[in-house]
Amino acid sequence: MFLFDDIPIDFALQPGLGSPVWRGRSNDADDLKDFAASVHLAGGRLSALWGSDCRDIGQGFRLDVVFGLNEGHAWLRIDLPEEAPVYPDISSIFPAANRMQRAARDLTGIRQAGGDQRPWLRHGGWPADWYPLRHDASVPPESENAPTDYPFVVVAGDGVHEIPVGPIHAGIIEPGHFRFSVVGERILRLEERLGYQHKGIEQRARGADLATGALLVGRVSGDSTVAFAWAYAAALEAACGIEPSPRALVLRALLLERERVANHLGDLGALGNDAALAFGLAQFMRLKEDWLRLNAALFGHRYLMDRIVPGGVACDLDAAAAAALLVQCDAIEREVRELRAIYDEHSGLQDRFVTTGAIDAALARELSLTGFAARAAGLILDGRAHRHGYTPPPPYASLGVRPATREEGDVAARAAVRFDEIFESLRLLRRLVTELPTGELRRELAPVPNAEGLGVIEGWRGEVIVGVRLDATGRIARLHPHDPSWQGWPALEHAVMKDIVPDFPLINKSFNLSYSGQDI
Amino acid sequence: MLALLKRIAKTGIVSEPAPEAGEAKREIDRLHDEILAILGRALTIREVDAGSCNACELEIHALNNPYYNLEGRGIKFVASPRHADMLLVTGPVTKNMENALKIAYECTPDPKLVVAVGDCGCGCGEVGRLFGPNYATVGPIEAVIPVDVKVPGCPPTPTALLQGILAAVRRR
Ligand code: SF4
Repeated sequence: MFLFDDIPIDFALQPGLGSPVWRGRSNDADDLKDFAASVHLAGGRLSALWGSDCRDIGQGFRLDVVFGLNEGHAWLRIDLPEEAPVYPDISSIFPAANRMQRAARDLTGIRQAGGDQRPWLRHGGWPADWYPLRHDASVPPESENAPTDYPFVVVAGDGVHEIPVGPIHAGIIEPGHFRFSVVGERILRLEERLGYQHKGIEQRARGADLATGALLVGRVSGDSTVAFAWAYAAALEAACGIEPSPRALVLRALLLERERVANHLGDLGALGNDAALAFGLAQFMRLKEDWLRLNAALFGHRYLMDRIVPGGVACDLDAAAAAALLVQCDAIEREVRELRAIYDEHSGLQDRFVTTGAIDAALARELSLTGFAARAAGLILDGRAHRHGYTPPPPYASLGVRPATREEGDVAARAAVRFDEIFESLRLLRRLVTELPTGELRRELAPVPNAEGLGVIEGWRGEVIVGVRLDATGRIARLHPHDPSWQGWPALEHAVMKDIVPDFPLINKSFNLSYSGQDI
Repeated sequence: MLALLKRIAKTGIVSEPAPEAGEAKREIDRLHDEILAILGRALTIREVDAGSCNACELEIHALNNPYYNLEGRGIKFVASPRHADMLLVTGPVTKNMENALKIAYECTPDPKLVVAVGDCGCGCGEVGRLFGPNYATVGPIEAVIPVDVKVPGCPPTPTALLQGILAAVRRR
């Protein structure tokens, strides 16, 4: 089928139970630009972009681009010639493409024609003409690890100066570099330079078996390990034509909602702390610790790593565990409601939250933002919820998830959405526990040679996407995990404009973006 | 405000011995006394994430929750390595963080302690092997700076971290 009447690329629906994905293929790179323009016109977004070297199987280079549409996702494959793996720059249509294109170039040598040509992941640790994801580049060349000069965009004007921060930040936090251009305390511009956490996960996955791939994908971003593990499993299940049991799917949703609640609890505490309410930090940290301890007691891991596996789950829930879970949901709900009343009434806190770090719906859409930050800016976008033309994957289809939204797009709105999402997740958890179907936990997943699949999961931060392609022996030929932080970081750059430097930590925390998740 | 005070009164003090009460708790208290005896003052830690997935950091954060109450033990995280007695480092050390980690180490005044955190940082277990050296990483922390104590785990629990920190101090 054609997704847009004027673009003759044939798309077919990916089989399986997951979120709807249509796959299409073209060998005309110009189609990419036309297609992107149509998606943009339809109000869609850029969801992910990565490159691959397929010369070893006689298919030249390949660019994978995933677009988010109202009805689901369009996964477009562009085949690029071996001699000139170049494609049109789409960052003028979707600004979120900028860093993804640069990362694809650093890793594979596939290049966008025009646009920003600065490196992104490569800081000087390996040579500019050596591409780690090329199949003939297994041995890294000896090179001195000398940091390169990075041409930040310079803001000129009366009294403008720069404040460089990082890569090591002041707190217990991942590394990255922020370059503020300010007048006095007022932020005119923020430019981020990331990539410090780049550990070559995609290269490590090449040639690995499926279990090793699961271990790796569960460690892309520690706070989203459930979402990544599920997206990876969903991608493989679509590729290899198996469907997990209803029991496994309910258990997966249970784990995903527990991950969502844990992160919102931690961040709401940290937000209070950044606005000088240390009380909030202590209270929410206590609740989060209780939550993590029950994770460990019921599922064997505080952050639920390695509990979702291709074909199903690696944990179960008996009657006693279900009862403990319900008791905790009630206790947490009671306490969070009390804390919310305190947050809402605390004028010092609200004074810092309201209007700070605001982005509006138009900007959020322009930047392809997803997740709670997009919902806080008025976009009704939640992969777990029904919307016109879109049916969420099981078990969410039958749960009637109500997406939490606000319109202000400021720190206060992001905090409010997080509160609402905790309550909604608690409601879902109760239903999932009481309606847990019987059945097997895990079905055998036999790798199908050369198969490929895409998994999309609504993680706590936003849309988590994993693309997988297997080789002729059923091992991993290409694994690409995509964290929603790719879209979140540019939004943060906009959100801080016109605010003052001391508000930055608060605004930053209200998004709480992943470094490792995007640096991979 | 009233609600806030009520909440504080109702919660009371929740800090407790680390989960493995009994022996472990006595050991931790003993080590705690030892820290103060050895250092004669509070211990300050600079945390450096040199390439982790951030789950190790989540557990380091948990050390400051009221249950583990690290600050209550006189152990504080500081913003600068120049103010630190100890570096608590997670990784695998990425190529892009190798130089920053070396600089942080050099900036930490002697005598200094280094604790490597997590299977990645210690280079042990299946995860340590998975994240061994490649084009983008140098490998475990000890491949870049000298390490005094290793705290394995993926991620290590707050209790394990606490024991590792205190064990490092005792080595001095
Ligand atoms: S040890 Fe585990 S939790 Fe810690 S950084 Fe490595 S993968 Fe993440």
